[in-house]
Amino acid sequence: MIRNFALSAAAVLALSSGAALAAGGHKEITDVDFAHEGPFGKFDQFQLQRGLQVYMEVCSACHGLKYVPIRTLADEGGPQLPEDQVRAFATQFTITDAETGEDREGTPTDHFPGSGMEGAPDLSLMTKARAGFSGPYGTGMSQLFNGMGGAEYMYSLLTHYEENPECAPDGIDGFYYNTSFDKGAIPDTCKDEKGVSTVPGSWIAMPPPLMDDLITYQDGTAATESQMAEDVSSFLMWAAEPKLMDRREAGFKAVIFLLILASLLYLTNKRIWAGVKGKTA
Amino acid sequence: MAGIPHDHYEPKSGGEKWLHKRLPIVGLMYDTLMLPTPKNLNWMWIWGIVLTFCLALQIITGIVLVMHYTPHVDYAFASVEHIMRNVNGGYMIRYLHQNGASLFFVAVYLHIFRGLYYGSYKAPREVTWIIGMLIYLLMMGTAFMGYVLPWGQMSFWGATVITGLFGAIPGIGEAIQTWLLGGPAVDNATLNRFFSLHYLLPFVIAGLVAVHIWAFHTTGNNNPTGVEVRRGSKEEAAKDTVPFWPYYVIKDLFALAIILAVFFAVVGFMPNYLGHPDNYIEANALATPAHIVPEWYFLPFYAILRAFTADVWVVIAVEWITFGIVDAKFFGVIAMFGAIAVMALAPWLDTSSVRSGRYRPMFKWWFALLVVDFIVLMWVGAMPAEEPYATISLIASAYWFAYFLVILPLLGVIEKPMPQPATIEDDFNAHYGKHGGGSGGNVVAQPAE
Repeated sequence: MIRNFALSAAAVLALSSGAALAAGGHKEITDVDFAHEGPFGKFDQFQLQRGLQVYMEVCSACHGLKYVPIRTLADEGGPQLPEDQVRAFATQFTITDAETGEDREGTPTDHFPGSGMEGAPDLSLMTKARAGFSGPYGTGMSQLFNGMGGAEYMYSLLTHYEENPECAPDGIDGFYYNTSFDKGAIPDTCKDEKGVSTVPGSWIAMPPPLMDDLITYQDGTAATESQMAEDVSSFLMWAAEPKLMDRREAGFKAVIFLLILASLLYLTNKRIWAGVKGKTA
Repeated sequence: MAGIPHDHYEPKSGGEKWLHKRLPIVGLMYDTLMLPTPKNLNWMWIWGIVLTFCLALQIITGIVLVMHYTPHVDYAFASVEHIMRNVNGGYMIRYLHQNGASLFFVAVYLHIFRGLYYGSYKAPREVTWIIGMLIYLLMMGTAFMGYVLPWGQMSFWGATVITGLFGAIPGIGEAIQTWLLGGPAVDNATLNRFFSLHYLLPFVIAGLVAVHIWAFHTTGNNNPTGVEVRRGSKEEAAKDTVPFWPYYVIKDLFALAIILAVFFAVVGFMPNYLGHPDNYIEANALATPAHIVPEWYFLPFYAILRAFTADVWVVIAVEWITFGIVDAKFFGVIAMFGAIAVMALAPWLDTSSVRSGRYRPMFKWWFALLVVDFIVLMWVGAMPAEEPYATISLIASAYWFAYFLVILPLLGVIEKPMPQPATIEDDFNAHYGKHGGGSGGNVVAQPAE
């Protein structure tokens, strides 16, 4: 009887999977082949430098990076700017000294400033805070197998601004329709009778920040919208997880070491037990 | 110490005799390490060592993390980021600690289900089982409080929801909740006391682990046949057992090395996979996350907590009988703690005279269903509280209770067990003896006829 119970439970599960897909606001995420993806991917130093430029010239007008120490721009595995450039870079910030309480020029040991505009979130950890979105069913498996993570979310958010959908041609005043942003408001006209959104994404307060040739890259790369979005997403991924490459290296070495150790222990174990199991060693 | 007859430590040199008379610590270590252990233990008997390792790992990484962590609502989140960015190797220590909790729970669940299948909880090992359940409860408390310390969104809101459970207790609930939180809401006082207890409880667990080991060293290990080691004489016992060192120490270390290889792969390549991304947003009392989801290891019991809503007939009946004292919320809390309580009572609910599930043809299927049930509960616990998940979690919760309260007592009466081997030696020789010659897969192996 209980087995029938289990069977009907399985049937319910199978039927419900369609509904689960439709429920809740969904979002469109574009898969980008970032240099840092894959088990041995590494940040592209020059992409991080371009991303830093986009961040400084566009994002930092409203957002902050308060957990990121400026000196880490010189770290190996990061943008790897020369030390003197980092010192010069730091001087553009005015820091209120924690000890004297007076304003002074920034130094490499200071952090990037926090958000300058109310409501604009700090971006230090944003790519990590927005990872794990991917399905199926919130298992994050596509993140695992397709390498889709927070950097993709960031790229998609920056490039997926669209015209208001048909269900709400006037949109929401002061907000912008973005098919990758699922945390914003949705007009009632874009919801079905159960209150479930019929459109991908929602409305976001941030106006579209990027357009072609908005900035001029120092290294001469063509500043297309998608190029800038990709660069700054990569930079923000580094800002959130600066030890990414170190961590993978440590993990890899540990796995190799443990596998060798396990092989030796396997042989030892076999030999020890051979006597007990009545086999000859 | 052990009830199984075996050789004891004999001090030889003058120095050894001198110490042994005053403090028999070498003898204690010898007896512990040379404990006669059934020689037919399979790979499900490795989790004890894995768990001991986890406890040591969590305590050592935890002590280092505390050196850099600041338990204050204004600094906690930033101090964790400080560990991740500025402390030498801090990102590794912190990820080891974070994922170490998951490894701890993977191991404890496998350990518990091992005990449930092979009847390790049955007489004379009830005390071992009860202490194990206490350790498990303390682990949950410790993990829950540890999750609050990074002071992310899920930390804050998880603490708010779970301490809110105590508020559901009629009459005194609100007072208890305030007492737990150190104020009307989750705030600095909460963070500080959780930090204090998160540091204390692992040492309580370590003490209980020692008692847990003491208890089963007294009764002797259970084994896949559930047949006891012969204790008539030293020679007889030696036919059923091997000393723990080196046989099981090496075997367990081999298993541990394999498990750690997987663990380090997770830590190195996907350390945030098991965590909730919202915890990388600093706690904000004004912004409630859309879905508050506990860590994966709490999900089965979280599902049971949420399963009993006000429209379930059992809940309605209980509310009516108790004149509304036990409402749906309080019922859910009782169900959640009850789910663990019924598991702790398994030694007295299981009426079968046969210990191991290997020789119980009906029990096997009900047990397999319990494992599936546990996984289903874990899955619905992560889903939003809406249909069809509500119905599934209700059915799954009902089976959890039915297994312990109805199926286990009834099976002992109606089931006709299969013949068991007379001794552990017979079982062992059936696989490894001259005529046996089979491979090592004794998990599914059948007894000798």
